Amino acid sequence: METKNNLLISTSPHIHSPISTTKIMWIVALCLLPAGVWGVFNFGINSLFIVLASVVSALLTEFIITRLLGRFTLLDGSAFLTGLLIGYNMPPDIPAFIPVLASVFAIAVVKQTFGGLGRNFMNPALAGRVFALFCWTEDMTRWSPSMLSASDAFTGATPLSQGPAEFLSKSGSYLDLFLGNISGCIGEVSVLLLLVGAAVLFLLRIITWEIPAAYIGTFIVFAWVFGGLTDGGGFFRGDVLFHTLSGGLMLGAFFMATDMVTSPLTRKGMIIFGVGCGFFTFIIRFLGGLPEGVSLAIILMNITVPLINKFSKPVKFGLVRDNNNEAGK
Amino acid sequence: MKKIMTFPMGGVHPPDSKEYSNSFSIRNAPIPSLAVIPMQQHMGAPAECLVNVGDKVEEGMLIGKSTGYFSANVHSSIPGTVKDIQEIYLPTGMKSKVVLIELEGEFRKPGSKSDDWRSASPKDLLDKIVNMGIVGLGGATFPTHIKYNLKPEVKLEYFVVNGVECEPFLTCDHRLMLEKTNEILEGIEIINKIMNPQDIYIGIEKNKPDALAVFEQTIGAKGLPFKVMPLKVKYPQGDEKQLLKALIGREVPSGGLPLDIGAVVSNVGTVFAIYEAVCLNKPLIERIVTVSGTAVKTPSNLKVRIGTKIGDLIDECNGVSKKPGKIIVGGPMMGFATADLNAPVTKGTSGVLVLSVREANLAGELTCIQCGKCVAACPLGLNPTTLYKLVDHGLYEEAKAESLFDCKECGCCAFVCPSHIPLVQGMRLGKFMVKKQKVK
Repeated sequence: METKNNLLISTSPHIHSPISTTKIMWIVALCLLPAGVWGVFNFGINSLFIVLASVVSALLTEFIITRLLGRFTLLDGSAFLTGLLIGYNMPPDIPAFIPVLASVFAIAVVKQTFGGLGRNFMNPALAGRVFALFCWTEDMTRWSPSMLSASDAFTGATPLSQGPAEFLSKSGSYLDLFLGNISGCIGEVSVLLLLVGAAVLFLLRIITWEIPAAYIGTFIVFAWVFGGLTDGGGFFRGDVLFHTLSGGLMLGAFFMATDMVTSPLTRKGMIIFGVGCGFFTFIIRFLGGLPEGVSLAIILMNITVPLINKFSKPVKFGLVRDNNNEAGK
Repeated sequence: MKKIMTFPMGGVHPPDSKEYSNSFSIRNAPIPSLAVIPMQQHMGAPAECLVNVGDKVEEGMLIGKSTGYFSANVHSSIPGTVKDIQEIYLPTGMKSKVVLIELEGEFRKPGSKSDDWRSASPKDLLDKIVNMGIVGLGGATFPTHIKYNLKPEVKLEYFVVNGVECEPFLTCDHRLMLEKTNEILEGIEIINKIMNPQDIYIGIEKNKPDALAVFEQTIGAKGLPFKVMPLKVKYPQGDEKQLLKALIGREVPSGGLPLDIGAVVSNVGTVFAIYEAVCLNKPLIERIVTVSGTAVKTPSNLKVRIGTKIGDLIDECNGVSKKPGKIIVGGPMMGFATADLNAPVTKGTSGVLVLSVREANLAGELTCIQCGKCVAACPLGLNPTTLYKLVDHGLYEEAKAESLFDCKECGCCAFVCPSHIPLVQGMRLGKFMVKKQKVK
């Protein structure tokens, strides 16, 4: 071989798994698409406009800020994903300036102020949603009826604002909840399609079971044990199925609580995080003044992540366990 | 059916890429016309050079004398004349004195096999290992006599033969196990005589079913008391810490040695070298090297004299099939990239890999997104992302307090990192800086 060459020198390892951050972001966005398409079918073309408005404003905000900083990050997909999630978290007939401002807030204040992708301490999309919820509460809680629902949904109230008894007697069935023939935010209504997207993420190992399982599991337990008290059934009489299928729980548990940046590092930490999300979702949904608690619960737990990381460090090899026990599990 | 074991924490599954070379028998590499023999081929102090320019040396002659206990002897791999003595950088980045020997004169006739060791004392056998310059051939090149020299009061529980070969691409141990089964088993008997352990395990991963079968069969036929242990395929199972955790369920304490949990581990290549040293009176002047990679025309397993240039080995494999982007000495997970085709094969060189430009090109680094994949992959339960950030911010002492020095640079974290952060480089930098600050 000739000795003059352009050989690359770098530290080991010299091979790499095929996954990359950019791929992760775009795959998550792809997995969210079916639920959004359903939302557009369900609520009409205006909801597509809402989603596009939030995506475009998120991308534009990211572009302007990173341009000022001399970088270009649009292709990493994170701003797109944030915009998409904000759109999914909006009621279908909201004035378009609200999702736009929510996206600007999410990207400019929550994400870029702290240094961009990977450095934000709470989920930007959720922060944007909560920002909008507190600024324009009335618009954020005015629901348009589902166009696909068989019942004459004249009020357009969401299942959660009606409560299980009223919903099931007047507006629809559990199957409607599962398929998404209900009113609600654009991207959160179709549990079925969200689960399909989540299944793909599981298979590709982009999300792991810990956070969704701990989140939904904890929520189910609390909703079952105590949920009946506020819904009128008593202890151990909560309508678990109704509460699991309604609201933003599925979107939150699979697509937002699992946001890598704002969730803990270790398996132990992820379980603590999920349990906390489930608990606070229950508290806010059943005892709080708002009908829905997913976004606030996740944001609250986002803030505790550094603390959780501190107390859930991995167990180091060869430090703790007793070596005379043949503990080869 | 035996229980198939593995270690529980961390680890990754890179494609094993053994199919490039695992079906090719070991063949002899050409004798180098100029052997470049470093004095530093092992962990510990470099050997002291015993020859001068112009000296005639014979094949297998001692040319570097072990300096103290933590060192190893170095022998000439070819007969000839000492042409020059230089200082060069080895692919590992270490600077070493090298002896350049020009080929000239007669080769030794291969001696007949001797069975004298059966009546020799453990002390004599251990001396043989010291004299013949045997070091661990798995890659770490830890001087073998240190491992085997047990204090009289120590009763060894386990001797484990490491036939795991978890690095992708490498097949030198695999081929050796298939082709030299009897010799390896005799080597184990020699080691058994030196240390007299209670149990002897041979750990082999399931992606080498033929090696597992031939060992089961031969051990059964000979009636030897060794146990063949099939292991799941998982990197870095070939590391002795992970291997012992998998086989005996104990953890080597942080900063400790396998002996602390009653075990000694040796690579199959080392066992074979011990067999040759004891039965054939042959010093460690040859080893098996896998030449492979996606850009090599004829991947091969070669028997190579120490000091052969890696460029010659690639030529011996008919050169490259596409434009090479990176040449690795060792395996792809822990080996060293080099651009120096004149770099010599040393005792620790288990492979020479040529990757194409496409595979060599690094993806751009992005910011850490805290995904925790590195934490889940670390077989030692460390937190690579936090360690990297500490090092990146110059907080070396803090990194040390977070067990930076437990890291053995296996590369699992950097392999899985979706943001392609050079985590291993960070760990190395951190260790270097801590040591540097101490010297000040």
